[in-house]
Amino acid sequence: MAEWINTIVQGVLLGGLYALFAAGLSISFGVMRMINIAHGDMIILASYAAIVGASYLKLPMLFTVVLVVLVLSALGYGAQRLVFNRTLGGDLLRPLLLTFGLSIVIRESLQAVFSADVRSVDVGPIATATWNLGAQINIGVLPLVVMLVGLASIAALQWLFARSRMGRSFRATSDDADTASLMGVDRKHIYALAMVFASAMVALAGVFLVMRTTVSPTDGPARLIYAFEAVIIGGLGSLWGTVAGGVVLGVAQAIGSRLDPGWGILAGHLAFLAILWVRPQGLFPTTRER
Amino acid sequence: MSLLEVHALAAGYGDFQALYGIDLALDAGEVLAVIGANGAGKTTLLRTLAGALSLRSGGIRFDGAPIGGLPAHRVCAAGIALVPEGRRLFPSLSVEENLLMGAYARRPGPWNLLAVFGLFPILREFRRRPATELSGGQQQMVALGRALMSNPRLLLCDELSLGLAPVVVRDIYRALPSVCEHGVSVIIVEQDISQALRVAQRVVCMREGRVVLEGLPGRLGREQIAQAYFGTLEEEAH
Repeated sequence: MAEWINTIVQGVLLGGLYALFAAGLSISFGVMRMINIAHGDMIILASYAAIVGASYLKLPMLFTVVLVVLVLSALGYGAQRLVFNRTLGGDLLRPLLLTFGLSIVIRESLQAVFSADVRSVDVGPIATATWNLGAQINIGVLPLVVMLVGLASIAALQWLFARSRMGRSFRATSDDADTASLMGVDRKHIYALAMVFASAMVALAGVFLVMRTTVSPTDGPARLIYAFEAVIIGGLGSLWGTVAGGVVLGVAQAIGSRLDPGWGILAGHLAFLAILWVRPQGLFPTTRER
Repeated sequence: MSLLEVHALAAGYGDFQALYGIDLALDAGEVLAVIGANGAGKTTLLRTLAGALSLRSGGIRFDGAPIGGLPAHRVCAAGIALVPEGRRLFPSLSVEENLLMGAYARRPGPWNLLAVFGLFPILREFRRRPATELSGGQQQMVALGRALMSNPRLLLCDELSLGLAPVVVRDIYRALPSVCEHGVSVIIVEQDISQALRVAQRVVCMREGRVVLEGLPGRLGREQIAQAYFGTLEEEAH
């Protein structure tokens, strides 16, 4: 019994990481209506940025996290302003092709610089520390920290979108960019700001991924699939939905792995298909038909 | 000096030219009605003035500064607000949030949430509702209020009466004097000619992308307007 409870707890905490994967994707789709195929590779890029900071430059881990978030946010703003914005408006295929190309560029560049070796960062004793709740139920400290940071950052984003002037202009631009510009909204700037938040979430996701497990340059597409699945399970446009989607995916993978070590990833995909079958709109859809 | 001067303005969509050599001038505090049949170029004129559509040639000067070719968000910041045809409210935003979007440019002036709620008290009651759940007339009030929230010096109104019951249209047009109170100039585009003539100090009639008649509402006869509007009389005479 305790083993099964531990499995579920591990799955829920893994879901926190998947929610971070999904949040950035959800923002760029929600505000720019842009499907970012390079999203998974950007996560891996953030992982390698953390490896450079923590392992090569020997910076303290917390400082590395902050630095990677800042660097990725700046890169996100620049990429949106200089490249992505040129493809938006009208044809959905152009940003799709652009980000598809970008994903290959990131993947191959990482391979060229860092080789195809699997890597991780050494985060010290916290990596294996557990918190015993009694009755043989254990919670990993690092996964718990990841979950809590994930929840806190998604709560902050949710507040920003729902309550702030900037969030209001994000939603208005998503609804009708032409009319928003009549109100004085510079949509290119707004899209770039949204990309800053998406990239900050990507940075957190990538750093926590490499702290929890190992990464290699070709891991991006698999992360993209998890992010897509979490977004769709949760319901398009809902940030809290990405948490629900991440948890569903994480628990399904944990249970699958428990039954047979080779079934984890398959179980996640099956849970995704099952939810798509029962509730194609996702658990908490918020997008309105236009 | 005029607040708005339009000189030899040409604009269009793709291969289609919708405006040919439009000349217009508007003083501060003046209400101008632009009338004309469907496809005469009235909406195109307003959208070009608001920067939503780029001009092909000619010039627009607003308060002495050239604004032709500026993107819409810069034109809004300069003090021109458009109430677009069909209202174009933001469906994911509440009534209050729609109004606040109008204040995005942060121009100082008399209009704020309180002032708009004072003008249309019903909106205060529905402030938390999604804007697109309101009735057509109430939605038009939101659209007008949203444009006022930017504290414009020139307000462009595109077909305020479209699809609304006459009694509702009267309610909305009753708000116009309090708009002009603060020296705001207004251009009203209407297909409902009698409504336009009632509120305007000057009227311009457009046909096929050109200004074909201009004058004071009291001085223009019904026949003169009908002829400019449809362009039929002269053609029948030929």
